[in-house]
Amino acid sequence: MSRGTSVRLQNLTKRFGRVVAVRDLDLEVNPGELVAFLGPSGCGKTTTLLMIAGIYRPTAGHVYFGDRRVDPLHPRDRDVGMVFQSYALYPHLTLFENIAFPLRLKRVPGEEVKRRVKATAELLGIGGILERRPAQVSGGQQQRAALARALVKEPQVLLLDEPLSNLDAQIRLSARAEIRRLQRELGVTAILVTHDQAEALAMADRVAVFSMGELQQYATPEELYHRPKNTFVAGFVGSPPMNLIEGEFTGDGFRSGELRLPLRQAPLGRGWLGVRPEHLRIAGEGHPARVLVVEPLGREAIVIVELFGHRLQILVAEGEKPAPDAEVRVAFPARALHYFDANGRRIGPE
Amino acid sequence: MRRYLTPFLFLGPASLLILLFFFTPVVATLLLSFTDLATTTFRHPSWVGLANYRDLFADPFLKKILANTARYVGLTLAFNVGMGLLLALVTSLVPENWGDPFRALWLLPRILPPVVYVFIWQGMLAEAPMGLVSDLLGVSKNWLVETPWVAVILANGFVGASFGMLIFTSAIRAIPRELFYAAAVDGATTLQTIRRVVIPMLAWPILFVTAYQTLSLLTSFEYILLLTDGGPGFYGTEVWSLHAYHLALSNYFGNVEFGLGAAMAAVLVVIGVVVSLFYLKIFNFRALVTEPKIEV
Ligand SMILES: Nc1ncnc2c1ncn2[C@@H]1O[C@H](COP(=O)(O)OP(=O)(O)OP(=O)(O)O)[C@@H](O)[C@H]1O
Ligand SMILES: [Mg+2]
Repeated sequence: MSRGTSVRLQNLTKRFGRVVAVRDLDLEVNPGELVAFLGPSGCGKTTTLLMIAGIYRPTAGHVYFGDRRVDPLHPRDRDVGMVFQSYALYPHLTLFENIAFPLRLKRVPGEEVKRRVKATAELLGIGGILERRPAQVSGGQQQRAALARALVKEPQVLLLDEPLSNLDAQIRLSARAEIRRLQRELGVTAILVTHDQAEALAMADRVAVFSMGELQQYATPEELYHRPKNTFVAGFVGSPPMNLIEGEFTGDGFRSGELRLPLRQAPLGRGWLGVRPEHLRIAGEGHPARVLVVEPLGREAIVIVELFGHRLQILVAEGEKPAPDAEVRVAFPARALHYFDANGRRIGPE
Repeated sequence: MRRYLTPFLFLGPASLLILLFFFTPVVATLLLSFTDLATTTFRHPSWVGLANYRDLFADPFLKKILANTARYVGLTLAFNVGMGLLLALVTSLVPENWGDPFRALWLLPRILPPVVYVFIWQGMLAEAPMGLVSDLLGVSKNWLVETPWVAVILANGFVGASFGMLIFTSAIRAIPRELFYAAAVDGATTLQTIRRVVIPMLAWPILFVTAYQTLSLLTSFEYILLLTDGGPGFYGTEVWSLHAYHLALSNYFGNVEFGLGAAMAAVLVVIGVVVSLFYLKIFNFRALVTEPKIEV
């Protein structure tokens, strides 16, 4: 069923003059897997994708599709489909001709072009507007046309550069599910670039988190959530992100200013204690704190408190939210804490 | 009423300028063409109706001059647009630090004063030992006399091509980078990308350059005047606008016939309008026109 190939990046590096856009990247995507590249703006996600597509030549390192080394190959010899952030539809062609473009270049006979374009367009629900030009359809329809153009040649690898970022929130949710469904059905290996962590966590089998051109962690969404490898990932993944408190581990506890927490099997030395907002509780007992801000989210609310000089975010059920300026007590969980050393690397608990 | 006021206000100033600097001269030319105004009749011109046009069309050399004009405009235009496009494509595809100096080089003929520029051509085309071409070919001839059309077209073309080059280059630069990436991923070679993506997206600038250059070639004659003055021989490279100049402004016998010249100019205006309409038609102008970006 799966017609995707594995994609392997080996020591991949790209420099633009003095800027190192991607540094020494090692990563493997399994056949038929959907992997998300997640990271803040400018961290090298698009650059990596363009090297996989063959638009950029790597400064160093290699790209393999299965056992085939593809980095010396021109894009047209790589069998990839790509959806660009701006969709990059050809403005002078109708949607039909846009989708047919890759087939025409391969000199596929006219009847077959017609059949395949129709079939792909139907699959994406744009069968009725194929005679229009890109400027005459909505953003969501353009996105589908771009996806259809990428899929129509039945590529082994599908590259998606922020395909949903120009859509409004509602279409975005349905488009997420749709892309995932198509990708599963077709069995194509897919890489999705995004800076929206909710999108990455919801859609991907595995997520590669980037920062400043370097891979920070490559793991399943669960693993990223439960065992972030460093403070960058801890602070980037999760919404709202993890609270990080700088202080000192003492072997049997953690100390930061007046805050003292007894911990089992704690390490020694300076570092960071991490705790997710959803794991802190406002309770009858615990450390005294003052409420600064309450942000209602609907079913839940984010409460920002000040606790011994630290600002912490706490996620509470809507019904339990305190009033602004209230004096409350904050209880730390016994588990679900994260320890990082002074350099931000995860050191426990196991 | 208010609905039409704003567009009117927006279009007003430009319309006024067109009225003042296009329609007025055209009307004046037309009026002039119905008179026998000349140096000898300067104080007391009389109304002669269509006499000037009758003279014009009775001229036995009319055919030759029209054919010369078509040849000059057609071939120079082809060179200008084709070469301009080629230069724009080539200099856009090579790295910028190669493309930019190359483009600058092509601008030189345009910067040079026409008289100096034509002197250079005349020098190059003269007999050996002065003529560079004679030297290179090893055949000493006056190439301006041997191949006057090649000289006229190239001398004009080397100036004219840079216009298209500049317009096309900026149009190519305005094409989003991702469109080129998409074409590459879709499997297009460089040539296919040019043919199927770049050139169709240049339809509008190509129409513009073609129409603009046709009109300016129809009316321009200064390089021919300086290079061959319509020679060699009898009307060898005489084109319509040059002929009008010869008749109206530099008559050999000193009697400058303004009326006749005006009639020739009027014919040129008609030709220009017809040619423009033809271009709009073949380029399917309506399809190129997009909805206004803001509605007023
Ligand atoms: N063609 C280029 N020339 C010079 N520098 C570049 C070029 N392309 C990217 N860069 C630089 O490389 C770095 C990574 O860029 P890249 O486009 O890969 O980021 P990104 O992760 O896709 O960001 P975004 O989320 O904003 O799209 C940035 O610092 C960027 O400025
Ligand atoms: Mg990007």
